[in-house]
Amino acid sequence: MSTLLEMIADGRQIGPHAPWPRAVMPPDAWAFAAVQLASGAWTLVSLWAEPGEVHLALFDPAASAIGVMSLRTDSGRFPSIGASHLPARRFERTVRDMHGLEPEGSPDNRPWLDHGTWSVSAPLGAPSREVVSPVVTEPYRFLPVEGEGVHQIPVGPVHAGIIEPGHFRFSANGETVVRLEERLGYVHKGIESLLVNTPLDRAAKLAARVSGDSTVAYSTAFAQAVEAACDVEIPSRAAWLRALMLELERIANHLGDIGAVCNDAAFALMHAHCAVIRERVLRAANAAFGHRLMMDRVMPGGVGADIDRAGRKQIKQLIATIRRRFPGLVALYNDTTSLQDRTVHTGYVDLELVTQYGAGGFVGRASGRAFDARKVFPRAPYSSLDFEVPTSDRGDVDTRVHIRMSEIEQSVSLIDRLLDGLPEGETRTDMHLRDAEGMALVEGFRGDIFVWVRTKADGTIARAHLRDPSWLQWPLLEAAIENNIVADFPLCNKSFNCSYAGHDL
Amino acid sequence: MIQALALQGIQGLLVIALAPLVTGVVRKTKARLLLRRGASIFQPYRDLLRLFRKESVLAHNASWLFQAAPYLVLAFTWVAAALIPVLAFNLPLGPGADFIAIVGLLGSARFVLALAGLDVGTSFGGIGSSREVMIASVGEPAMLMLIFSLALVAGSTQLSVIAAFTQSPAVGLRISLGLALLGFIMVAIAENGRIPIDNPATHLELTMVHEAMVLEYSGRHLALIELSTFLKLLAYLSLIASVFLPWGIPPTWAGGMQLASALGLFLAKVLGGAVLLAFFEVSIAKMRVFRVPQFIGAALMLALLAGLLRLVSQSF
Repeated sequence: MSTLLEMIADGRQIGPHAPWPRAVMPPDAWAFAAVQLASGAWTLVSLWAEPGEVHLALFDPAASAIGVMSLRTDSGRFPSIGASHLPARRFERTVRDMHGLEPEGSPDNRPWLDHGTWSVSAPLGAPSREVVSPVVTEPYRFLPVEGEGVHQIPVGPVHAGIIEPGHFRFSANGETVVRLEERLGYVHKGIESLLVNTPLDRAAKLAARVSGDSTVAYSTAFAQAVEAACDVEIPSRAAWLRALMLELERIANHLGDIGAVCNDAAFALMHAHCAVIRERVLRAANAAFGHRLMMDRVMPGGVGADIDRAGRKQIKQLIATIRRRFPGLVALYNDTTSLQDRTVHTGYVDLELVTQYGAGGFVGRASGRAFDARKVFPRAPYSSLDFEVPTSDRGDVDTRVHIRMSEIEQSVSLIDRLLDGLPEGETRTDMHLRDAEGMALVEGFRGDIFVWVRTKADGTIARAHLRDPSWLQWPLLEAAIENNIVADFPLCNKSFNCSYAGHDL
Repeated sequence: MIQALALQGIQGLLVIALAPLVTGVVRKTKARLLLRRGASIFQPYRDLLRLFRKESVLAHNASWLFQAAPYLVLAFTWVAAALIPVLAFNLPLGPGADFIAIVGLLGSARFVLALAGLDVGTSFGGIGSSREVMIASVGEPAMLMLIFSLALVAGSTQLSVIAAFTQSPAVGLRISLGLALLGFIMVAIAENGRIPIDNPATHLELTMVHEAMVLEYSGRHLALIELSTFLKLLAYLSLIASVFLPWGIPPTWAGGMQLASALGLFLAKVLGGAVLLAFFEVSIAKMRVFRVPQFIGAALMLALLAGLLRLVSQSF
């Protein structure tokens, strides 16, 4: 059995393509990939398309290698991976919606992102395919659930609170959930269409706005992909500043979500205290980098904001504050038995599922999949810094909260060392685009963000594909809620906190 | 007689005027405990005013029941709250101020609201009603058991008789009354849909109980239901005040000074209860729906224990 990279080496190489290879493969190699995915030997990273080709990004855990297989689709069809490997289904439905390419043999050909309200069909497909489509009025077919006493509860996309839109179809027997089916795509903004043939600076701004809470991670992933394509080495100070911002963003989001999980169990005290510390993080970020969420601070070629002495001091003070106050909050969480009663054993996901889906971030790590892009594909400065990736195999809401608490501690320690070891020098280097392709995998707070770009020598981005970690986490939420009670769904959902914006793109 | 009638009327108006303030105090205290500034304690009045001014939107398939329910709920709750003696015991409607009657009135209000929740046929209304009735099916027996225990101690289910008993020096320190008070507080928390049973501030449709039932209401209908919710909380607080802490309530009309002191003490007791409720709610997370019967079961056992102790010895 050949490894992924050997397999791709046999295909028609596309170059330059960095840091991982891409090759156009014959159909039998595509079929072999489907077998490898279904057997669990390889992990699906992403599946996307462009006119005439579909791309399949794969991760080979045994060799810690990533590679992209491409398949010509001159007939407008391609053999379905999802037919044998469930995690690929939503990707294939999206490819069908966005590009008009038909996954052959897939049992699920319902639309996914296309809700029948666009003025075009297959907006990313070949121009000749673009036709004005009538508004589809036939109702979406939810998967059937049969049995005595089973009833449906439709929730969303308009909710009682101000949250992102998503539709959840519960089939419940009394209070017990028999099946949950998600329907997403309500916040589709057409970012991949907007990125086609876009000047680099505008493309970077668009990438930063895929999911606002992960703006640093998206900017970094996009920048790294462009730099990889154009073989640009950024100054080491820029790399360290990026890591600093990434860790600040991670802490801010983890704090917000830990409080929000507790708030969903009506324990508002934890929420209030977490919100106070989160606000400190945002203010320190504002003082140091001039923007609370650090949006547009990372750009291809480096970073757009340097940190001065005052900003440095602010962040040092922030670290001291978190170290002083956070242990008390962890203790409050652990000592509130009424809260533990809600979170322990709720929303369980097992290792088999997270491995099959290749779920990253705290969702994967809380169920025993110790994947962290910072460790698996180490880059400066993470390669030179020692840190732990907290992992557990208990897989419930409580564990996901605990993993995030441990990650905050790790990130605080990382920030401390990043500030101390921050190299002097330039923070930006000139970018000269060339005709090439690049990829990047960056660990945001939710998990690994995957970005693929094709750059052009005229300074524009020809095509880009951005895959949010939520793509591989949303389906697990459906599994986590099974056999739990309906009233525990908000708790499970918040413990995942998948991105709607990043998924719907 | 005229004065007694007037006092009865004042008592009725007092509870409805005071009810939003009590909820306002609970909310304000909770906000302060959660490091927030919080809205003014008079915000519930403004909310009611705003809702009364707004248009009431009805679902196409809403029946007469859906429209009548808010008025019925308010009527039942208001009568129950107005019957509880807070200014004087022997008022014209005093004989009606029976524990079982009050629980029956509040139960009727709940029954009507649960029906209204089902009326429009949305899934949330259904979930809310089914959960509310589940809680009621364990809460009401616990309440009755508590009443029986109290009646065993005091010799009557009439509030004025019980209060006269707890006011008299003969009462002393009684374990059975203490247990009954504890059980009563637990049932009151459940009946009012407070944390840990229900979260009145939640925006999560799937976890709601009371809020899910009334999710379809808007405008003046919602205002009436909100007002009933405020009144119900006040009713339970004043029940505790007049049954377990009846000090300062005169037997009948006894002059302006007496009335003023009764009013002052009543305010102090009720607002004190509101503050305590806020402290309790902040310190605990909401429990799973299926834990609720266990929680109320504990109240039932406390009531049972209170009654048993009383049967064992007169001095308990």
